[in-house]
Amino acid sequence: MTDQLFDALIELADDNLVLGHRLSEWCGHAPMLEEDLALANLALDLVGTARALYSLAAEVEGKGRTEDDLAYLRVEREYRNLLLVERPNGDFGHTILRQFYFAAFMEPFWSAAAAGSSDARIRAIAAKAAKEMAYHLRHSGEWVVRLGDGTDESHRRMVAAVDALHHYTDELFVASPAAEAMAGAGVLPRREAMRAEWDRLVGQVLAEAGLTAPDVPWPQIGGREGLHGEELGHMLAEMQYLQRAYPGATW
Amino acid sequence: MTTRRERAWAAAAAVPDPEIPVVTVADLGILRGVRDEDGVIVAEVSPTYMGCPATKLIEDAIAEALHEAGFECRIERVLSPPWTTDWISEEGRRKLAAFGIAPPVGGANSKRALFGETVVACPRCGSTETERISEFGSTPCKAQYRCKSCAEPFDYFKCI
Repeated sequence: MTDQLFDALIELADDNLVLGHRLSEWCGHAPMLEEDLALANLALDLVGTARALYSLAAEVEGKGRTEDDLAYLRVEREYRNLLLVERPNGDFGHTILRQFYFAAFMEPFWSAAAAGSSDARIRAIAAKAAKEMAYHLRHSGEWVVRLGDGTDESHRRMVAAVDALHHYTDELFVASPAAEAMAGAGVLPRREAMRAEWDRLVGQVLAEAGLTAPDVPWPQIGGREGLHGEELGHMLAEMQYLQRAYPGATW
Repeated sequence: MTTRRERAWAAAAAVPDPEIPVVTVADLGILRGVRDEDGVIVAEVSPTYMGCPATKLIEDAIAEALHEAGFECRIERVLSPPWTTDWISEEGRRKLAAFGIAPPVGGANSKRALFGETVVACPRCGSTETERISEFGSTPCKAQYRCKSCAEPFDYFKCI
């Protein structure tokens, strides 16, 4: 039970940290100042949630590891994040669509956890994260509509983003053995149970944006088993550089 | 005669928010309470947003204020129940508006409205003819608005 809770928390924490780090790569590069601030703020929310989850995982594990050890000293194959969140930023359309797909899952997921988790510590984190995800959902959803229903160029780019990212979304609903066990014990919501709400939110926004979800004959999965695209390694190399080069460094 | 706990509260409550120094941590409702635990003052502090970079700074400032007032203290971070903008006091709302930041409008539980619009009054001229420039502003807890009547841009302390 303890091992499975640890594993399930790590999966969620890794999703948040990897996506938070991806968004932070936009800092200073976004298409306009307001969006630069927005992406940095979204990144902060995700990294903040990741910290709370890693801290709880470390406490559950009880082996003296800290949130920093879990973030900086695990290798690529130990990372259990979804493939969706590690996808490179691409253009702004790719980034905002990736954010929308993720938030449309996490907002209902955290809301359900806040209302129904049997673990008070998870209810506390979830209640906080659900409020933040509601903002992410609204912000990214507005952009998907604006760009999809915008100029020929912005529409063309959103079509390309949907084609590039949609086949990573089935993995949102895949439960690892740890996630399955935690759902069975009432600690975390069942991931598959978010399907109806996700379909509703994504269907509504894509339709408003004039975009069509493609059929996905071969969903891309594997992140929960530590099987990642090569891009995650590049990201971790940069993110973990300092602790790898100067172990234990602090400031 | 004031109690030890009341004196500790007064010292901690007077700490200004580092990003909006016109309001105190008590005005914002970030300081949830203080209690006396066997001679150690425990200050309960809630972050506004989980990733708010000011959280650590605020906790350190409260600890410093308590130390200076002669208390041994410890900070306890409280996530549950989650902080909401409903906890900002009336006094805090007045101070925010006077500072040029529109205080949060309405209750905190309107999240289901995916594309809902809130009417935010301009803190300078009071006009409700305003438009949102960006959902995100200079800190995670604020959005950017512009007044169409007096043309002033301003921050809005958004509802969560």
